[in-house]
Amino acid sequence: MTWSWIPQNGALIWQLTRENLYLGVVPALIGLVISLPVGILAARWRWFYPPMLALFNILYAIPSLALFIALIPAFGLTDTTVIIALTIFSLCVILPNVVAGLRQVPASVKQAATAMGYGPVRRLATVELPLAVPVIFAGLRIAVVAGISLASIGQLIGVSSLGYLFIDGLQRSFPTEIWVGVVLIVVLALACDLILVAIRRVLTPWTAARS
Amino acid sequence: MSFFSYAWNWVSNGANWHGSDSIPYQLVAHLGYSGLPLLIASLIAVPAGVAIGHRGGPAANVVINIANAWRSIPTLGLLILLAVYVGVSTTAWLVPLVVLAIPPILINSCEGVSEVDPDVRDAAKGVGMTTWQQIIRVEVPIAVPLIMLGLRTSAIFVVATATIAAYIGFGGLGRFIFDGLASNQYGPVAGGALLVVILAVLVLILFTGLTWLATPVGLRKRAKTE
Repeated sequence: MTWSWIPQNGALIWQLTRENLYLGVVPALIGLVISLPVGILAARWRWFYPPMLALFNILYAIPSLALFIALIPAFGLTDTTVIIALTIFSLCVILPNVVAGLRQVPASVKQAATAMGYGPVRRLATVELPLAVPVIFAGLRIAVVAGISLASIGQLIGVSSLGYLFIDGLQRSFPTEIWVGVVLIVVLALACDLILVAIRRVLTPWTAARS
Repeated sequence: MSFFSYAWNWVSNGANWHGSDSIPYQLVAHLGYSGLPLLIASLIAVPAGVAIGHRGGPAANVVINIANAWRSIPTLGLLILLAVYVGVSTTAWLVPLVVLAIPPILINSCEGVSEVDPDVRDAAKGVGMTTWQQIIRVEVPIAVPLIMLGLRTSAIFVVATATIAAYIGFGGLGRFIFDGLASNQYGPVAGGALLVVILAVLVLILFTGLTWLATPVGLRKRAKTE
């Protein structure tokens, strides 16, 4: 390890970290925003879900690098290419959890809400979705952690991220640079994971009281 | 021209199907780069996951959280790091792919076994089964669908990611992608990517079939009626 390299390149490292964070987190958030309405519909209309799940299983099997490449003719070697590919990946992880989370709400709870005079929209927003939060967040966490790690692959098609440190480090046979990239990606992913766990605790105060 | 026309033009070109670096050759190499790590990862992660799931309790939660965090390790970074330290050797591609394949297998094996109905465990104990018999004859068969799901997820990850082994000079379908990128030819890049996608989807189909075959007959029926 050449420790002095790190402060000397602080500005570069900080910029790459921000880019990597952006490329990893934005797709997961877009995936969540799309998954919520689609997942709510899929939990309602049962016939709608099996074909969609099959489609997402196939999409999940498509390697990110291959997806980046397939999107190059349309979007070029840009952030957009990486963000669209990772959004598709995050949909595959988050959407099944939205459906599973909504379906595991006990029927008795839904009936109780209806009996208390809740309409379908109010019941969904104030009873079913909050109870589905832990399962939805389990999917969101995987999407964010894997997204931050996968964003570094975008460097192979020239989209800047912490992956730059891998490739530059390889060309210069300079392990310090590669170590910095690996460690920062892991730290970044774990930090985001902790933030998501904290948000989930705030959204579901009853789970903390129980355990 | 779209991705598919580029890819198809390249894949359907007969010249790419003959010779030492042809499509069939790299396809077989790719299967080798994927199969070995998957085998090693399952030999480690299935027994470990089953053992941890059988014990249950807080230890299982800790292991699942560690395995989840493990996913954040960037495979490309690990591959390049090893390449710099040990050179372009088997270790350099094998270790990152094993590391990649372990978490899904470990988590699913652990959850599959720990979610076995406690009444079923009690019944197994009640008819006089030893701990070993309970695990092998009751808990593992019931956990098969989840264990297979873990294997399927890892298999898809590994087939997809074995592509980047070519970045540090190995073979496999990634060879076409990185050679194409280096020489600014989109044809082999798109063609290589398409072949990886086809291979990943075939692996998905293969494992879906294997899961059905490996699931005990009684559990198959229950899955249908539910």
